Amino acid sequence: MSGGGLRSFVARRLLLGVAQTVAVVLLVFTLTEALPGDAAVALAGDQPDPARIAAIREAMHLDRPVHERLADWALGLPQGDFGTSLASGRPVSQYIADGFGPTLLLAALTVALLVPIGFGLGVLAARHEGGLVDRLVSALTLAVYAVPEFALGVLLVTVFALKLGWLPPTAVGYGTDLLAHPAALVLPVLVLLSRPVCSLFRLVRAGMVDALASPYVAHARRYGVPGARVRYTHALPNALAPAAQQLARTIDWLLCGVIVVEALYVIPGLGTVLLNAVAERDVPVVQGLAVVFGVLTVVLNLGADVVARRLAPRAGVAA
Amino acid sequence: MYDERFPGLRRRGFLAATGAASLGALALTGCGTGGGTDAEADGGDGKPRRGGRLRAAFAGGGASETLDPHLANLFADVARAKALFDKLADYGPDLSARPRLASKWESNKALDRWQVTLREATFHDGAPVTAKDVLYSYRRIADPEKAFRAKASLEPIDLDASRATGERSIEFVLKRPTAEFPNVLAAFGAYIVPENAGDDATAFDKSPIGSGPFRFVSFAPGRSAVLRRYDDYWEGAPYLDELEFVVANEESARVNALLGGQVEYAHELNPTTARAHEGKGQIEIVRLRNSAMQAFCMKTDRAPFDDKRVREAFFLIADRQELVDGALSGAGVVGNDLFGKGYEYYAADLPQREQDLDRARALLKEAGAEKLKVTLDTSAVAAGFTEAAGIFRDQAAKAGVTIDVKMGSKDSYWSDILDSGTLACYRSGAMPVEAHISQRLLTDSTTNATKWQHKDFDALYQQAQSTRDKTERTAVYARMQRRLYTEGGFLIWGFADWILGTARNVKGVEAKAPANTLDWARFDKVWLA
Repeated sequence: MSGGGLRSFVARRLLLGVAQTVAVVLLVFTLTEALPGDAAVALAGDQPDPARIAAIREAMHLDRPVHERLADWALGLPQGDFGTSLASGRPVSQYIADGFGPTLLLAALTVALLVPIGFGLGVLAARHEGGLVDRLVSALTLAVYAVPEFALGVLLVTVFALKLGWLPPTAVGYGTDLLAHPAALVLPVLVLLSRPVCSLFRLVRAGMVDALASPYVAHARRYGVPGARVRYTHALPNALAPAAQQLARTIDWLLCGVIVVEALYVIPGLGTVLLNAVAERDVPVVQGLAVVFGVLTVVLNLGADVVARRLAPRAGVAA
Repeated sequence: MYDERFPGLRRRGFLAATGAASLGALALTGCGTGGGTDAEADGGDGKPRRGGRLRAAFAGGGASETLDPHLANLFADVARAKALFDKLADYGPDLSARPRLASKWESNKALDRWQVTLREATFHDGAPVTAKDVLYSYRRIADPEKAFRAKASLEPIDLDASRATGERSIEFVLKRPTAEFPNVLAAFGAYIVPENAGDDATAFDKSPIGSGPFRFVSFAPGRSAVLRRYDDYWEGAPYLDELEFVVANEESARVNALLGGQVEYAHELNPTTARAHEGKGQIEIVRLRNSAMQAFCMKTDRAPFDDKRVREAFFLIADRQELVDGALSGAGVVGNDLFGKGYEYYAADLPQREQDLDRARALLKEAGAEKLKVTLDTSAVAAGFTEAAGIFRDQAAKAGVTIDVKMGSKDSYWSDILDSGTLACYRSGAMPVEAHISQRLLTDSTTNATKWQHKDFDALYQQAQSTRDKTERTAVYARMQRRLYTEGGFLIWGFADWILGTARNVKGVEAKAPANTLDWARFDKVWLA
């Protein structure tokens, strides 16, 4: 593959990514506007006095036409101004910054454990394809995969925090300073790991099994290339291409709001910010998050595609 | 307030009775099981002890939270506001106004001028609470540019004409006679802040200064607020050294944090949680009775409910006990189509209405409404709503009425049902009977969801507000309630309890305190044993 080819591939994908992000933001804006009620109605709650709602609406400048509000917000973006929250009047960037720390920490820890565990188990099972180890690991991962996050989360809290008392049940009151309380992170990371480990394991295992059965591996063996080298330099890269894309999707999911885990363990990350913002019809905050999530998704998928192209050019990743 | 949960309970002995509100130091709670073991035993004894830090978990408003007391909207907001600030008055367990920063109030004969005297109290910076601070606070709330929640409650006051008559005395001039003026002083969100404190709205989040029992230490919106004892509090310094409010929106997280010793107080628990832990000795469960009215709201200005026979038929369709057991998991008591069971002025002498399907069918036939079809609006906005809708649909079917249950968005529900539809699930937090009438049942009420608009009823309300003598006033309220009982638009089927959980060493939590009253979520009389 020539460097020029890769560069133009990346350029095309970045352009497409910008278009995708704009489309996501427009879509999110339209959908939020289409939801019944606006920020004023949501704030008025069970005191829906029409005069009060009108006053709130005016104070929030919601009485201005839709396109004007969107344009105002969009014009601020190039200067890094994400606007201000309707509900509190605080800058949206502060919402994102505050929520990003816990989210990033959880995602980083999860990925740091996910990669070695997922690949390790996948390679191990592929080596013993059809054997006891393979069947045991496959059955176990399938079983874990079938348990919904919420149920697993509750189960882990009940056993490890409430019954055994080994770990704190939630991270309540720790705020953003989660690193100072590493014990509180164990259970959420376990829940976050549970399903991605299973899917990554299955992909790596399948890719390895396919590659090990392929003619080129058989050929390498006939030349007397040692088994370990065949496995790690010839077969594994082939299994990496689909795994890289799966990994990108997992990271994307981890960064773009793991609402269930955040709610269950009281971790104030981006998922919580998003949930509250939608309930409050706080359009600028929702839009700000849409931009962040859109950019993250585009960048992560692009990274995965580049990796996949390098590892297995024949797979022909479409731009 | 939004997203309230209606806790539940098993109807068992509710001992809890503690002394007068002013003595709050008494201990709480207990719902001894049949075997009567733990709760009472260590509930009442022991002298209050000073010291310690109490962490209280509430459902909160996320990153948009503020400490501006006039913006209080959620229970968490109010709990923080009442720890930092005071009102001139607040509600006792029967929702009658009790003096707080105001030490007394007196009206003129016509009930349209009130002389309010402030007690000697100081703000956290040492400055005395003066008449000027009170007028500043009320004018801020009433600012037409803003939309503070308490603005509607303060509407009877003519703030331009009202004035300070001394350092600690104020003459309030009212727009009309208002016998229940003390209720205005106790209104939701009517907190007293120092003069000019609200000019920079963000100041409240950085260093709020109030006259409440706790002073500010730190605040992280959506996460935690740390407060410290105010030693010069006018009612005596709190027992606790520190109080921390933490936010956990998921009920299971609040319970787990309580069980795991991460918090000592958890607000708003589900009936099933309460049942699972009641009497088990791990945590204490506290039930606040009569905290939330549960109802169906019939629009009386449109078919089919513009015919009072149809309304009466619906009153008779409801099997209230089944609704309480099903929708509230038994955590409450049945209602009698009148607001405010157990509150001041509540007409308790009217016979309890029971299900009578034959009579209901006869009434519907008389009204020419056989084979009636009605849409019932509901939403997941409050716990028990969708369950209540389903149960009532089945009850109505027995009387030949077809109810079509329609689910609405929970974020805009209250606004959606105010003017549209014909029948909707409805609830209300605690407020005085008079406030319920003035906000919901007068021709010019701001949230008149039953469209109950009758000039003669308005006149009765005015008469009550112009009546000095309390016995006479009670008689007028009784007349109004009789009318609502016979032909009103609210089918009030129950009153839900509010459930709290506390660690076993937490003492002094008042149980005779419907949500929103003075002793609810009050931490200055709480201590750690």
